[in-house]
Amino acid sequence: MRSLSTHRRHPLAGVLVLLLGLVVLGGLYSVLAPRSAEADSTDEALIDDGRQLFLVGCASCHGLNADGIEQQDGGQYGPSLVGVGAAAVDFQVGTGRMPLAQNSQQAPEKAVIYTDDETAALATYVASLSPGPAIPTEEDYDASDASREEVVEGRETWLTNCSACHNSVGAGGALGDGRYAPPVLGTDPKYVYEAMLTGPQSMPVFNDALLDPEEKRTIIAYLETLEAEPQYGGAGLGGFGPVTEGLAAWLVGMGALVAVATWIGATAVRARQ
Amino acid sequence: MSQTEAPARKGGLAAGPLAGPTAWLDDRVGLATIVKKNLRKVFPDHWSFLLGEIALYSFIILLLSGTFLSVWFKPSMAEIIYTGSYDPLYGIEMSEAYASTLDISFDVRGGLLMRQIHHWAAALFLAAMMVHMLRVFFTGAYRKPRELNWLVGLGLLQLGIIEGFAGYSLPDDLLSGTGLRIAEGLMRSIPIVGTYISFFVFGGEFPGNEFIPRLYVAHVLLVPGILLALITLHMVLLVYHKHTQWPGPGRTNNNVVGYPLLPVYAAKAGGFFFVVFGVTALMGALFQINPVWVFGPYNPSQVTAGSQPDFYMGWLDGALRIMPAWEFTILDWTFSMNVFIPGVALMGLLFTILGAYPFVEQWVTGDRRVHHLLQRPRNAPTRTAFGAAGITAYGLLWISGGNDIIATQFQLDFYWITRLLRVLVFVGPVLAFVATRRVCIGLQRKDAEVVVHGFETGIITRSPDGEYSERHLPLSPAEAWTLSAHDRTEPAGLPAASDHNGVAAPHGRVEQVRGRLSRFWVGHDHQKPTADEVREAHEHHADDDELEPAEQQFGGVNELGVPRRH
Ligand code: HEC
Ligand code: HEC
Ligand code: HEM
Repeated sequence: MRSLSTHRRHPLAGVLVLLLGLVVLGGLYSVLAPRSAEADSTDEALIDDGRQLFLVGCASCHGLNADGIEQQDGGQYGPSLVGVGAAAVDFQVGTGRMPLAQNSQQAPEKAVIYTDDETAALATYVASLSPGPAIPTEEDYDASDASREEVVEGRETWLTNCSACHNSVGAGGALGDGRYAPPVLGTDPKYVYEAMLTGPQSMPVFNDALLDPEEKRTIIAYLETLEAEPQYGGAGLGGFGPVTEGLAAWLVGMGALVAVATWIGATAVRARQ
Repeated sequence: MSQTEAPARKGGLAAGPLAGPTAWLDDRVGLATIVKKNLRKVFPDHWSFLLGEIALYSFIILLLSGTFLSVWFKPSMAEIIYTGSYDPLYGIEMSEAYASTLDISFDVRGGLLMRQIHHWAAALFLAAMMVHMLRVFFTGAYRKPRELNWLVGLGLLQLGIIEGFAGYSLPDDLLSGTGLRIAEGLMRSIPIVGTYISFFVFGGEFPGNEFIPRLYVAHVLLVPGILLALITLHMVLLVYHKHTQWPGPGRTNNNVVGYPLLPVYAAKAGGFFFVVFGVTALMGALFQINPVWVFGPYNPSQVTAGSQPDFYMGWLDGALRIMPAWEFTILDWTFSMNVFIPGVALMGLLFTILGAYPFVEQWVTGDRRVHHLLQRPRNAPTRTAFGAAGITAYGLLWISGGNDIIATQFQLDFYWITRLLRVLVFVGPVLAFVATRRVCIGLQRKDAEVVVHGFETGIITRSPDGEYSERHLPLSPAEAWTLSAHDRTEPAGLPAASDHNGVAAPHGRVEQVRGRLSRFWVGHDHQKPTADEVREAHEHHADDDELEPAEQQFGGVNELGVPRRH
């Protein structure tokens, strides 16, 4: 494993990864594409379940064939889901973002309304339309046995690729037009992986050419380390940095001191009378 | 023989065991007289007079905790590999400055607590200075003869800001590096000479290897040294001028009413020192501040959402954030007004206004008398309104500095907030000025009313011939005095622009401007009643509807209509 990641630095490594990616993609395609024609019966049943659920819960925005609705005045709008893959559906439905409750700048996370089985059915249905990123397996995102080096590497990758939007401690940050990058600590590792894979909404897609699976796993390892880390030095004040620190200095610090000063001044007045 | 011995024995007895060194010193430098005089120095007390002390004590805490930190901090930009005990950074290349900050945080006993105490004390130091300055401003304590001490105070505030920024930049973490990068941008935005200044300060291209050591010298030696000297001067001037006091019975422009330094005031001040220390230590122990380990070492290719300077720089950062992009080129020079105006000119503007204010006010009002009695903010409506406008502008810029945090926390649109603030930053201060002045004048009017007619008791009486009237409770003389101790204000008259021969009067223009300004300044004030008005009112009420003068403050009436007294 170590030798592989050292070889990655080789000048030809990029080409190699690209080639590998192409081979894997091609392979996947050739496996998946004919499959949808002659899928076995359980898959067929799942897809059918998924389609039924989709027609009820999603088609009003995404269209009867999941190919999207674009309607400027009605306000009902949903992008085409052809090719977004099972991972996108699993992320969107699994974190409660979909079905969208109202048209807002950004689909917020909310209570999940589909069971795991239903989500799986929806995902299978959407994936059957056209291949896309598959739901990652536990092997992909499980980082519980990550070494110290991997955590260090994950930290670097996180700070280079993600903290501009999500803040260094993953507390989230503002983007333009009322959009925001949400806090990510506490997010299920599977969804972290899927978020990178599918790039929900204003988040860029970090496909395997940008961040290979190993790098994605190290990011997850770092986020889990951050989450488990004790709050060195006291309450973290939300991780927002100097803004909340300044507020605390004024409200807590100056507040207490001015209160004491007032008390000292007041007792003097009474003593004088 | 015995007669000559007596005095010697007597002297020996009176001296006691402690007298040796003190008597020795007294013989040589006349210590007793100096000390006796100063121990009897009187300090008036009021809570607002303790604000300066908060600043003083947090400065002492800064010196103590800073000394602790300087034992372990290594002001060097040499690159080393981190092998300390914070795992997520293990094996990363970083500067010695950053590595030693991590060591202080994780590997030095009590180091993190000291770092946090130092940083919280810095925040409190600046906050206290600002509040202290506002109290001096709003009470008119800067008036003659204390203008000089006002200027010294401004110097302290500026140096405090510089000192804080230098400290913030020392650890060489991602945030401080980002802050320094902005500071470098500000330097470069100074037209024509900017680039040279930046190269001069950083010893070459940013960031270079020289800056942290240079900053360190400024942070631990140069600036604290000047601060200490200026604080001493500040205190000497304070003792020399004596403290101002609030008007009240027995307090005049020629005396100071309060407690002697020893024992009362010293005990209070000493106690307060421990309170300030306690609050700072508690904050250091309970709240995280500047957790450098999560930011990582400075790396120009990394950024993080929520990058902000410490609060006292926040308003400049805010100005920078809402300033429209305005840049032009003349010949070969680029003039980056988008950076220069908010970043450099604004700071200069603020301190110019603050420094000039006492003198401008003196010139406009023509008041060059010596003042030892403070003014209630309402009795200087225009000044108070200026202050409110200033606070509003500052506050809005400050808010702009946190626009991203506000956007995420309150789910607002970031661009929308920015546009709104661009407008508010101009409109807000004007509204604040107008509203504050109205409120002040209203309060002045109420004071005058109470002085003339006393308090309304709400007790309605009906006279035998059926007339209803409300009984009034006149003020005690002490209260009436306190409410009317301030001076009347009068706008300067407009001088004739030319004499009867049509020759322009010397300084005519300037005097015209001054006259107009002075009408704007004090022309709207509500004046306190004259003695005649008060006497007349009393005679008018004397017959039936006035109660006995309240000895002390009026506290309303109870259910039976009997006035309550404290
Ligand atoms: C009220 C309308 C609405 C409903 C109902 C709705 N969606 Fe969406 N959906 C949207 C919109 C709008 C977007 C695009 C969000 C964006 O990119 O800002 C979207 C995006 C998505 C995406 C991400 C597409 C991508 O490019 O990654 C998926 C997957 C998705 N929806 C699945 C579903 C599923 C499954 C359901 C049913 C459970 C559903 N949606 C119901 C409006 C809706
Ligand atoms: C351009 C800014 C941007 C960058 C860079 C970015 N993200 Fe995001 N991220 C977003 C936005 C916006 C969302 C919210 C999407 C939504 O609500 O559907 C998001 C959502 C997420 C979520 C889902 C959080 C949750 O609680 O459901 C995770 C996890 C996440 N991002 C991880 C990452 C990681 C890991 C990286 C770096 C590889 C990264 N992001 C880089 C903008 C960004
Ligand atoms: C290092 C920071 C500072 C320290 C330690 C400090 C300390 C003090 C103290 C202890 C007093 C006497 C108590 C009081 O009136 O509150 C005082 C008075 C005073 N300070 Fe400061 N101060 C600082 C900054 C400032 C600033 C920023 C200004 C204004 C620009 C200022 C202007 C004054 C004035 C005019 C007085 C006399 C007030 C009076 O006599 O009523 N000081 N200072």
